Amino acid sequence: MSTSQPLGAIVINQERCKGCGLCIEACPKSIISFTGKSVNAHGYPYVSATNMDNCIGCASCGIICPDGCITVYRAPKTA
Amino acid sequence: MNNPIINEDNIVYQKPKLMNDTPMHYCPGCSHGVVHKLIAEIIEEMNMADKTIGISPVGCAVFAYNYLDIDWQEAAHGRAPALATAVKRLWPDRLVFTYQGDGDMASIGACETIHALNRGENICMILINNSIYGMTGGQMAPTTLIGQKTSTCPYGREPDIHGYPLSISNLAVQLEGTCYVTRQAVDTVPAIRKTKAALRKAFENSMNKKGSSLVEIISTCNSGWKLSPSDSNKWMRENVISQYPLGDMKSI
Repeated sequence: MSTSQPLGAIVINQERCKGCGLCIEACPKSIISFTGKSVNAHGYPYVSATNMDNCIGCASCGIICPDGCITVYRAPKTA
Repeated sequence: MNNPIINEDNIVYQKPKLMNDTPMHYCPGCSHGVVHKLIAEIIEEMNMADKTIGISPVGCAVFAYNYLDIDWQEAAHGRAPALATAVKRLWPDRLVFTYQGDGDMASIGACETIHALNRGENICMILINNSIYGMTGGQMAPTTLIGQKTSTCPYGREPDIHGYPLSISNLAVQLEGTCYVTRQAVDTVPAIRKTKAALRKAFENSMNKKGSSLVEIISTCNSGWKLSPSDSNKWMRENVISQYPLGDMKSI
């Protein structure tokens, strides 16, 4: 476990991703990027969350994704 | 790697349940997907999944019925408002909307569009305006901007030869039958939230029998514009929104 708890997390459906990259621009914490040259079954390059510890669970990536590939989770607030 | 946050109780955003897993045929970064998601979310929130009938157009969105699990009817090119009129008159308790591109609504269907809006039919019409004919290969549409290059005006649209851009929303504002006319975009997260609020209002107007609502959504066509998805959004902000300013144009 890291010292500061991550606030959020995302799961990307990489088989559905078309690699438009709009989520990369929308993410305020720059945690999403293209990784390598691999492509999915449809031949599209896909994105990955490469810096998940910085995720704040704001859902910007999910909202802007035209194909609904991203599920966003946010840690419950601890009192 | 087990992340404790990834747990069903912590979901704050996911693909709407009404959108199925069929891969969408739209190009990467196409605005259609965002608008499809908004429609699905609103119908879920209004609890109208069993009582919604969408009218799909001819154009890129012709297969919209494959992606959203609600009832759909496919219209002949441009005739979606006429079909929506019939459906809504026969089933007044249903939420009826048309989903059309600018070629469908502003060109071949201009007659149906204007008359349905003028009659004040209790339907919601969604116009996806990407300023070209996207599906057929990026030809000039009535909504193409002055100077914009397309495959049928490769030197840019010239008013002397091609006439002037047609704004359906500006026309709709003048008509007695419309209760709500707005123009929105889906290029950024705040813009998407505003568009969702506009669509929700239009759907509610339809159910409250207030008249016709027109929601124009300025969108990108990165394949037709020959730009990357993010450059298309930039080009749209720089060029299209100055010609087609965003905001509510009529709200009664």
